[in-house]
Amino acid sequence: MTRYVLKRLVLLPALLFLFSVTVFAIVQAPPGDFLTTYVATLASSGSSINAEQVDALRREYGLDRPVWVQYLKWMENLAKGNLGLSLEYQRPNAELIGERLVLTMVLALLSFVFTWIVAIPAGIYSAMHPRSVVDYLLTVLNYVGVATPNFMLALVLMWGAFAYFGMSVTGLFSPDFVEAPWSLARVLDLLKHVWLPAVVLGVAGTARLTRVMRANLLDELNKPYVTTARAKGLSEWRLVVRYPARLALNPLVSTIGWYLPALFSGSLIVATVMNLPNIGPLLLRALINQDMYLAGSILLIYCFLTIVGTLISDILLAWLDPRIRLEEG
Amino acid sequence: MTTPVLQVKDLRVHFFLDEGLVRAVDGVSFDVHPGQVVGIVGESGCGKSVTMKAILQIVEPPGRIVGGQILFQKDSAPAVDLTRLSPRGAELRAIRGAEIALIPQEPMAAFSPVHSVGEQVIEALRLHERQWRPSGPRLSRGEARSMTVDLFRSVGISMPDERVDAYSWQLSGGLRQRAMIAMALSCRPRLLIADEPTTAIDVTTQAQILNLLRDLQRRHGTAIVFITHDLGVIAQMARYVVVMYLGRVMEQGSVEQIFHAPKHPYTRALLKSIPSVNVAPRTLLPTIAGSIPHPLGRPRGCPFHPRCPDAIHGLCAERVPALRPVGPTQLASCFLYNRDEAVEP
Amino acid sequence: MSVLAPAVPVTAEDRVSVASNWQLVWWRFRKHRLALVSALVLLVLYVTVLCPDFFSTQDPEATEARLAFIPIQRLHVFDGLRPSPWVPDVAGKRNPTTLRMEWRVDESRKIPVRFFVTGYPYRLLGVVSTRIHLLGASADGRERLHLLGTDRLGRDQWSRLVHGTRTSMTIGLTAVTFSVILGVLLGGISGYYGGPADAVIQRLIELLQSLPTIPIWLALTAALPRDWSPQQVFFAITVILSLVGWTTLGREVRGRFLALREEDFVLAAELAGASQRRIIVRHMVPTFLSHIIATSTLAIPAMIINETSLSFLGLGIRPPAISWGVLLQEAQNIQTVALAPWLLVPGAVVILSVLAFNLVGDGLRDAADPYSQ
Repeated sequence: MTRYVLKRLVLLPALLFLFSVTVFAIVQAPPGDFLTTYVATLASSGSSINAEQVDALRREYGLDRPVWVQYLKWMENLAKGNLGLSLEYQRPNAELIGERLVLTMVLALLSFVFTWIVAIPAGIYSAMHPRSVVDYLLTVLNYVGVATPNFMLALVLMWGAFAYFGMSVTGLFSPDFVEAPWSLARVLDLLKHVWLPAVVLGVAGTARLTRVMRANLLDELNKPYVTTARAKGLSEWRLVVRYPARLALNPLVSTIGWYLPALFSGSLIVATVMNLPNIGPLLLRALINQDMYLAGSILLIYCFLTIVGTLISDILLAWLDPRIRLEEG
Repeated sequence: MTTPVLQVKDLRVHFFLDEGLVRAVDGVSFDVHPGQVVGIVGESGCGKSVTMKAILQIVEPPGRIVGGQILFQKDSAPAVDLTRLSPRGAELRAIRGAEIALIPQEPMAAFSPVHSVGEQVIEALRLHERQWRPSGPRLSRGEARSMTVDLFRSVGISMPDERVDAYSWQLSGGLRQRAMIAMALSCRPRLLIADEPTTAIDVTTQAQILNLLRDLQRRHGTAIVFITHDLGVIAQMARYVVVMYLGRVMEQGSVEQIFHAPKHPYTRALLKSIPSVNVAPRTLLPTIAGSIPHPLGRPRGCPFHPRCPDAIHGLCAERVPALRPVGPTQLASCFLYNRDEAVEP
Repeated sequence: MSVLAPAVPVTAEDRVSVASNWQLVWWRFRKHRLALVSALVLLVLYVTVLCPDFFSTQDPEATEARLAFIPIQRLHVFDGLRPSPWVPDVAGKRNPTTLRMEWRVDESRKIPVRFFVTGYPYRLLGVVSTRIHLLGASADGRERLHLLGTDRLGRDQWSRLVHGTRTSMTIGLTAVTFSVILGVLLGGISGYYGGPADAVIQRLIELLQSLPTIPIWLALTAALPRDWSPQQVFFAITVILSLVGWTTLGREVRGRFLALREEDFVLAAELAGASQRRIIVRHMVPTFLSHIIATSTLAIPAMIINETSLSFLGLGIRPPAISWGVLLQEAQNIQTVALAPWLLVPGAVVILSVLAFNLVGDGLRDAADPYSQ
C-alpha cells in the first residue's frame, strides 16, 4: 500500500504542472486583459486615463509580454514560493489569500463536523426504523435539502432574519471586529456568526449523507452476519453500530477526501451571497477582472486540495477496510 | 423419560407480505431431548429455516410468530416459553448465544468481514461471561484470547494462535465452518441449531465437519437441531427426524422408522429419489412429479396432494390431514392412515 | 400411478415471466406513487417548455418603471360558489417622498380571469404567428394581471418565470445528454477495447476528476466573451457543464463493459458468430441501459442547480436571456427582497423541479435494478 501512496505522491507535481498550464490558459482566455477591464471601469465611473498611462501600466505589469512569458514568470515565482502580485489590490497574493484561506477552512471544517454529527445518527436511526414516522419525516427533509441550492437557502434565511427579526446576518464578523487583530473576543465573535453559513453549507451534504447512510445500512442489515450477531445475543443498538454501521460507513469515509475540496468550492457561492470574507468572492473578482496571478494561484490551490483530498480518501478507504489493505500485499 | 430441552408446540409463523399472506410455518410440533440430535429435513421453501429462526426469535419482519409455544428448559428452572419473550429483551438475549447457539448457513457471509474471527468469538465470550462464569474476576484480554485459541484447537483448527487473528475471507471453507462452530460452542449452550452447516462446503470437508459435530456433541452433551435438505446427512447425524413440506410436518419419527418404514407418500418419494448404486445401469432417476408451488399459491387441502401419487380423490384436495401417530414414535399427517381427523385450515 | 393434475390458475408469477424488460421496469416504476406524481410534474413543466409564450400573460421583456414591485395578485378559482377565476386588482399610490409608485393589492375590486385571450404577438413553436395566450385579463391592457407580481423594472414575473423555465430545464437536459453521449462513448471504448485507448481515456478521466468543479466552471464561464449572443452563451454553458460531468458516467460505463466482457453470455454470442457491433448493441448495452437512464435522470438536478448558481453570480446565462438563475439575481439584495418577497418564487420552482427529478430518478433506479423487489 505504501507503494501505491508513493506513486501518487510522485505524480503530484506532474499533475500540478499540467493543471497550472490549463488554469493559466483558462484565466487568460477572455479577450483583453486586466487593463482592458480596468480602463472600462474607470470610464464608466467617469474618470479616464490616457493611452500613455495605460501603456506604462502595461509595461509595468508585464502585460505586454506574450502569454507564455507571463506563464513562465508565474512559474518562476511559484518555485520561489511567491504567489505573485495582485494587480487589482496591489498587494502580494499570498497575503490576500492567506487571511481568507484560514476563514474558508474554519467554515469548511465546521460545516463538515455539523454534517457528520447530524447525518450519521439520523441515517442509522432511519435504517433501523424504516417506514416509521420519523423516517418519513427525515426522508422528506432529506429530499428537500438535496433539492435546495445552498445559495437559495442562504437567501431565504437572510431574508427571514431581516424581515422578521431585523437582523443582518451577512459577513463573518460584527462591524467592530472586521479589521481588528486576532484575539479571543474576535474568535468568539467569529463563532457567533459562522454557525449560520456552516449550517447553510452543510445542509445539502447532510441530506445526501443521511440518505446514503440509510441506504447503505439497509443493504447491510439484510446480510447474514447481522443475523449471526443477533443470534449471539447482542443488543440491537450495539450490534448495528458495531457491525453493519461500520461496514456501511466504509464507502462514506472514503468520500471524506472528496468532501473537503467540495466544501471549499461550495462555499464560493454562499460566500458571495452572504458577503463572507472567503476565498470565493476573491476568486470571482479576480476572474472577472482578469487579475491573472491571483486567479491562477487560487485555482492552483484548489487543484492541489482536490488531489490531496482524493489521496486521503483512498488511503482512508484502504486503511478502514482490511479486505483492500491486505489484498494489496 | 427425561424432560425435553426444547418443546415446539403447534408453532405458526406467518409472513404478511403486500402480495398476500405466506404461512411459512403452519403447525409444527416436535421435542428435543438433552443430548439428542433432531434433524429437520425438507425441500427449499418448506419452512425449516423459519422454524429455526422462530426458536431464536430472529424472524425478520414482515414475518411474525402468530401462534404456538416454544418451551425451553433451562437447567432446573421451569420451562420458559420463548414466544412470550420480547425479541429485543434482555432475557431472550441472555439465552441467545449462551443457552441456544446458532451455526448459520454460510460461514463466509456470517462472519463480519472487517473483524477477525478471534475478535468475534471473544465478543461472544465477553457478552455472556456472567452466565458461564457467574463469579470471579472479569475476563482479561489475554485470558479471552487463550480461551479462543483453545476453542479453535478443540474444533480441529490447525495453528490456532495464528488463525485467531485471521479474517473470515482468509480462511478456507472448512476452517471457516470450524471457527463458526467454535464460536457457537464457546459458551457451552444446551442447544445448538445448525442451519445447513454443510451445504456450502465440499463433500470431504463435509464429512470432517459432521464428525466434528458428532464428537463435540458426545463430549458436551449438547442437543442439536440439524436443518438440512440432504437426506444422507440426516441419516448420519440425527436420531429423530422431522420431514417438512410447505410449512407443515408430513412425517416425524426416529431415524430408523423414517428411513426403513416411511409412511407418508412424500417421505417415500424423497427416499426413492436418492440415486442408488445398487440399481441397474441406465435406469431413469425417479423424481417427484410436479414442482414446489409458489408460497402464495398454496394448494387447498393437503399441501402435497397435487404431487402425491396416492392422493384420495375428493378428500385430499379439500381437507388438511392432522398429524397422528402411525407407529410407536412415528407420526404422519396423511389421510391414508387417518381419514377422520382433519385440521381446521 | 395417477397424478392429480393441479388446477392452478394463471398466477402473477406466470405473467411476469413473459414480460419484456421494459414492461417490468414500467410495472415496478408504477408502484412508486411519489415517482409517478413527480413524473407528472415534470411533464407539465416540459409542456411549458414547448411554448412558453402561450402560457405567459405579458411580454417578459416589457419594462415599465411605473409598474415596479407590484405584489402577487393571487388567483382565486371560485367566486363565492361559482367556479369563476378572478384576481384582486392592484391600486397604486405615488409615495410623496421617493416619488415612486407603490402598489398594494385591492381585494375589493375583482378582475375576472379569462382564457384564450388575445395578448402580445408571438410565434407558436417558432412557426405560427398568433396572439392567443392561455390566461389573461381584458384585452385593452387597462386591467393588470400579475400572477407573481413584478420586479424592479416592472416586468411580469409569471411570464419571466415561464420563459426562464424553458431555458433552465433545457440546459439541464441537453447538458446531461452530452455528458451521457461522451460518457458512454468514451467509457465504452475504454472498457470494451482496453489496451492503450483505455489507458489514455483512464488518465483523462482521472485528470478531469482531479479538477475542482466549481472553480473551474467559474473560470470557464468567466472566460466567455461578453459580446456573445444569448444563444451562443447558452450553447457554451451547456458544453462547459457537460465537459466536466461526463467522467463519472464514463467510469461506470467502463467498469460495466470490463465486467461484461468476461460474462458467459457475451462469450456465447461471440461463439454463435455475432459481429462485435451486434454484441455491443444488442447484448451488452441493454443490460445497463436502464441503469444509465436512471443515473442520467439523477444527474439533471445537479446540472440545473449548477446553471442556476452560475447565472445567479452573473457568469452563466446573462440578461436579456432569462433563466431561473437570472431571475434570482434580482433577489440578491436583501432590502429588495424584503420589499418584494415574491422575487424568491423562482427559487421554489428550482427546488420543485430538482425534487421531482430526484424522485423520478430514484424511482427509475429502483425499477431498473433487476435485483430489487
